[in-house]
Amino acid sequence: MSDFTPTEMMTIAAARALTNDDVCFVGIGAPSAACNVARLTHAPDITLIYESGTVGTRPDVLPLSIGDGELCDTALFTVSVPEMFRYWLQGGRITTGFLGGAQIDRFANLNTTVVGPYDRPKVRLPGGGGAPEIASNCGQIFITMALSKRGFVDRLPFITSMGHGEGGNHRERLGLKTKGPTRVITDLCVLEPDPATKELTVMSIHQGATREEIIDNCGWPIRFAETVIDTPVPTETELTTLRDINARTKKAHQGNKEAA
Amino acid sequence: MARLTSLAQAISENVKDGDTVAMEGFTHLIPYAAGHEVIRQGKKDLFLIRMTPDILYDQLIGAGAARGMKFSWGGNPGVGSLHRFRDAVENHWPHPLEIEEHSHAAMANAYEAGAANLPFAMLRGYIGADLPKVNPNIKQVTCPFTGEVLAAVPAIHPDVTIIHALRADRKGNVLLEGIVGVQKEAVLAARRSIVTVEEIVDELNPPSPNSVVLPSWAVTAVVAVPGGAFPSYAQGYYPRSNAFYIAWDEIARDRATFQKWIEENIMKAGPGDFAKHAKKAA
Repeated sequence: MSDFTPTEMMTIAAARALTNDDVCFVGIGAPSAACNVARLTHAPDITLIYESGTVGTRPDVLPLSIGDGELCDTALFTVSVPEMFRYWLQGGRITTGFLGGAQIDRFANLNTTVVGPYDRPKVRLPGGGGAPEIASNCGQIFITMALSKRGFVDRLPFITSMGHGEGGNHRERLGLKTKGPTRVITDLCVLEPDPATKELTVMSIHQGATREEIIDNCGWPIRFAETVIDTPVPTETELTTLRDINARTKKAHQGNKEAA
Repeated sequence: MARLTSLAQAISENVKDGDTVAMEGFTHLIPYAAGHEVIRQGKKDLFLIRMTPDILYDQLIGAGAARGMKFSWGGNPGVGSLHRFRDAVENHWPHPLEIEEHSHAAMANAYEAGAANLPFAMLRGYIGADLPKVNPNIKQVTCPFTGEVLAAVPAIHPDVTIIHALRADRKGNVLLEGIVGVQKEAVLAARRSIVTVEEIVDELNPPSPNSVVLPSWAVTAVVAVPGGAFPSYAQGYYPRSNAFYIAWDEIARDRATFQKWIEENIMKAGPGDFAKHAKKAA
């Protein structure tokens, strides 16, 4: 298939990062779409967990919120929120956390808290929610965000959740045994941290995107791997699955147009 | 024993100006009707607590009921910002809002510590994050056995917790199921509690011996408010109105349209107006 949008490519490239054996803590928005495309294509037995306490969800439409009834109705079981964060997340049962963010830096630290000073913010964002502990307690972290100068910044005003901190072995120095962010999937390319410095490096470029475009849309001088490959284009199955679930979702969310 | 009463009476007797108030609900079972009654009665200087303040807290903040808020994620899920919350933090409208910000894990642990009558909660949290630099209520404790340094936050002890549940029996025993969030902990952590329910039944008949039941003797007041969680939802009763959550973005973006909405849908309305949402899906 050659007729697809950059956002579709992003979601599908993100879905491919997941395997059938993963137990995945799913963030809302783009991560949720990617995780469910994975479940409906190559990873039918993946366990999807939302922080509302729903474990092993198989939603037919994507939830608008992390606690939609659809998640509970299709879950293997549902636990309280304290149990979710204490036993399942802090207990080390989750292989993969899938996060989005408002801003990211070259070491994959994320900001969803404020733009500008914390006490006098220019923009007050929603905050961290589950992210600070998802980022430290999951075996590894995938991040999906569109590449833009506003989002990929040289210096974060606030670190909501730690990726690789100052780079190098910073996570180890803080006593963390989990891997942290291992892949960042954007609408133009896929990045992975350099094995030694942990700086995000372009590993593959999506069809239609160019190096110049990637450089222009990143807030720091972005690095490219020695060998950069072309991201395989979406298969017909992947694209149909994604478009079908998006269509079902749109219809479901606008179905009950009534005001309080 | 819980008192079965009216919503107006439950709020006026149990919510005082200046109180610390938790209205919990993790997407599911958000106590909208009760929160609207708090606004209608003109309660002031409340310190609000909630993991996921969404539209209801946007309404309380914009209406001027809150002096502060302790929270871990303040947004309109899947839609975007809470415009009234942002206006209060960024522009101090209608007045400044003191904030105490945590992560979900810390808030969940803090409620649990409150329910367990402990002074603080600990967790392996906030590692490498900036929140401890701006929130003096995030500290550290050292494990006396292993030497591991862990994060510590104060337990949550609200003056009053307000939740919406599925149903209660005539004695005031309360049942909730589905996404149960942190409501049981929030009620048990509080000095007083108000529970609104979809219906009062003769026999509670919990579907499982492990269903979440709050016994009458652990609750202060129980009120039947059918539809009282709308536009959030009540499992088995009615679905979440995602369309309303999307529509709220426009309503709340502008101070004047927000105030008009509050006037028409809260000040000139009553708990009985929620019943139409309960009926619709039945």
